[in-house]
Amino acid sequence: MGIVVQNLCKRFGAFVAVDNVSFEVQAGELVALLGPSGSGKSTILRIIAGLERPDSGEIYLTGKDVTSLSTQKRKIGFVFQHYALFKHMTVEKNIAFGMEVQKHKKEYIKEKIEELVNLVRLQGYEKHYPDQLSGGQRQRVALARALAVEPKVLLLDEPFGALDAKVRDNLAQWLQEFHKKLNITSIFVTHDQNEAIKISDRIVVINRGRVEQVGAAKEVYEHPRSKFVASFIGQVNLLDAVVKKNQIFIKDTDYIIDNNPLTLPLNKGGQGGCKKGENNDLLNEGDVVLLIRPENIELNGEPKSQRDLPCLITRIHYQGSHYKIDCAINGMSVTVIENKHNIPQGQWHENQRVFLSFRSFRIFRAEEGHERIHEKLKELGYIE
Amino acid sequence: MNNNADAVKLARRENHKGINSSSFLFDQLLSVSFDQTFLSKRKVWRKSLVGKYLLMTAVIGWFLVLIVLPVYGIVKKAFQNGLTLFITSLTTPAAIHSFVMTFWITIAAVIINTAFGIILAVVLVKHKFRGKLLFEGLVDLPFAVSPVVAGFMFIILFGPNGWLGSWFEAHHIKIVYAFPGMLIATLFVTLPFVAREVMPVLLEFGLEQEEAAYILGASKWQTFWKVTLPSIKWGLVYGITLTIARSIGEFGAVLVVSGSIINKTQTATLHIHQEFTDYNYAGAFSAAIILAFASFIILTTMQCIYGRKGIH
Repeated sequence: MGIVVQNLCKRFGAFVAVDNVSFEVQAGELVALLGPSGSGKSTILRIIAGLERPDSGEIYLTGKDVTSLSTQKRKIGFVFQHYALFKHMTVEKNIAFGMEVQKHKKEYIKEKIEELVNLVRLQGYEKHYPDQLSGGQRQRVALARALAVEPKVLLLDEPFGALDAKVRDNLAQWLQEFHKKLNITSIFVTHDQNEAIKISDRIVVINRGRVEQVGAAKEVYEHPRSKFVASFIGQVNLLDAVVKKNQIFIKDTDYIIDNNPLTLPLNKGGQGGCKKGENNDLLNEGDVVLLIRPENIELNGEPKSQRDLPCLITRIHYQGSHYKIDCAINGMSVTVIENKHNIPQGQWHENQRVFLSFRSFRIFRAEEGHERIHEKLKELGYIE
Repeated sequence: MNNNADAVKLARRENHKGINSSSFLFDQLLSVSFDQTFLSKRKVWRKSLVGKYLLMTAVIGWFLVLIVLPVYGIVKKAFQNGLTLFITSLTTPAAIHSFVMTFWITIAAVIINTAFGIILAVVLVKHKFRGKLLFEGLVDLPFAVSPVVAGFMFIILFGPNGWLGSWFEAHHIKIVYAFPGMLIATLFVTLPFVAREVMPVLLEFGLEQEEAAYILGASKWQTFWKVTLPSIKWGLVYGITLTIARSIGEFGAVLVVSGSIINKTQTATLHIHQEFTDYNYAGAFSAAIILAFASFIILTTMQCIYGRKGIH
């Protein structure tokens, strides 16, 4: 077993930063702690490292309870967002630091430095000072320094947060390959869902100090357990709807989305089961919220079936590899992703009447404060 | 070409008199030509050059009156009666004793206030506690209190009938009118320097590097010596330099506390004062030159070290 976090709680004054958090990381796994800023993910990482004391809960590293152990004794590798390199030391001195304080032999240190410098591809930079390196190079030095003491686990706190997009992508991919090679149990904190999806084995989604869902990227994206997870990971459309007489209507209209909601599973948010087939709660009449991914919406000039929704194109945004098309249904906005080649033919233009059909969607009860989530996501810039 | 542009510019300026400035600016932006921009740039440049010369003259003049002339005066006075008198007046037992006294007080003050200053800075920067603001204000107190007043405070405290003085008196330990009192007075006036210079550096340094060191297995003590201290060393060096300079030059507080007894409790500055009031100008100025020279050495060393700072 790699890392076990059990019932972790931490308050700062009246603010609950970490609220009864439990999760496990298997040996050799690369797990992402994903959540918006201020969700407590960094605090969790700092508690695992021993930089913060939890109010309650336990931390196990490779099967050993380390909750009361000092930072120095936990044998952890930690990479900080802003590198935290020792500015007055050269690259090799930085890497040597941990081995020197742990009283390793000189020859061993020399060998290890060479090995690590090769590993992080910084040959020729041994005598450079941190301020003579680029951001990406500094982060690689930080990684080499963390690995020098042969830690049992590696913790990375927004490791690419301070880098620009291109370097970020390269370094993220490199980290993944690197992790495959070394196979060291690792947790990295990020607020970037793409990064989490791309390089992690599993994702722990954190919101307001709580674990919302744990799972592989595919599972979290395709089977979100809560509205928060659904809307935080990937783009999503939120539509108010009503269940009436075994049918789902768009709110305040008579557009029918589905004729047979009783066969649909209901996501309760939080702990409820959400996979098809394990329905534990069939849909009752009342207000609901539909979550539809933009790529699961088909845009047609003519209705293909009776269930297609008539709407108006309000804006077409050029996105480089594709187009993002905003449509309006009864005052609500729906975003559709369209392939590039559909536009030059002049198929779509603004103020055009079109029809939407949903290939798949998820449904959540409305009383879970849909408005608030909507606002929160707007605030974070995940939806417009 | 230049003339032409100048004329155009002038005409435009005339034209736009009385019209609101924003539209004038806008117009200028629209019709700006290469010539004009070039010209206006050169004008600005010429203007700034005049300002530069004016400033330089002012600085040099100030420097001359405040530093160069007084130093020249002292040197001239000291050597007025030849090198022999300069040396004999410096080698009197009283002169030598005073310099030795200043030397030891400075060494002791630097050691104690460096250690204490670092502790003070760490406490004030890294810890939160009640009354921290008041405490921070107290650190600056020696800057605000006149050294003479400070000297009297120590007489009240450590004098033979003072609150603490009577206890020391009973145990036959002399504080005032002796070395310990003089050291305490010097410690008081030099207290803020190290702390005040180290605090901003420590604040900028932050916590992350120390945390990184802990995670790599370094103890608090190792982290302080290998990570924190090297990072704050320039602030520290500067603070120590100021402490040395102030210890050597301190007069008022030490005068009150020491009683200025020749061959016993006279520091170099007190010795100079003594010689001066005794109309022994050669002695006074010779000693003054030595002090000025010491300050000069300290400052130059400091500059050299600062020059190297860029290359680590």
